[in-house]
Amino acid sequence: MTSFFLYVALGLCLIMVLSIYRVLFGPTTLDRLIGVNAIGSKTVILLLLIGFLYGRVDMFVDIALAYGLLNFVAVIAAARYFHKRKGLYEESFMD
Amino acid sequence: MNIIVIALLVFGLFFFLAGAIGIMRMPDFYSRLHPAGKLDTLATLAMVMGLAVYNLNQITLGTILISLKMFLIVFFVSLASPTATHTIVDAGMRAGLRHWTKKKQRG
Repeated sequence: MTSFFLYVALGLCLIMVLSIYRVLFGPTTLDRLIGVNAIGSKTVILLLLIGFLYGRVDMFVDIALAYGLLNFVAVIAAARYFHKRKGLYEESFMD
Repeated sequence: MNIIVIALLVFGLFFFLAGAIGIMRMPDFYSRLHPAGKLDTLATLAMVMGLAVYNLNQITLGTILISLKMFLIVFFVSLASPTATHTIVDAGMRAGLRHWTKKKQRG
């Protein structure tokens, strides 16, 4: 069962690499924000799997919970920061 | 018991993969939010539920408490992910981002 958890964690890392494409090449800033949000929600699961691999779930579940909170606050703050920037994306979106 | 855990984890992994492909290949910012908002929530729900079932292999007070904390993560993610998606859409609408149409793709 431990090796299965290891393979699931590796697959999760590969899926995160797919999401990094949108963070690197996103046409607008909010596209990059979507990619960051997706990677953060995968990291919560990855932390729980690492906890099972090390046999210390009681410690890693708190870290996963704190990371989920932190990811949510970061995305909300960044989205509110780019709230009223009229015309910031127009040129970058056209091409 | 292990079969349920493996099925739930593979289910969640499949939905994470579908969400990542959707984020990569959708044509527009607004349509990219659709796989990002929904599939990640469902996959998180399935995978955390599978890990919580695996954690309850031997039932003591400690493992029950850890599984309750995992369901707290699920509760928080199902509350926070739609809120974050809504905030991103609101920022895009107020910034005047135009949505994708078929005509723009041809021209």
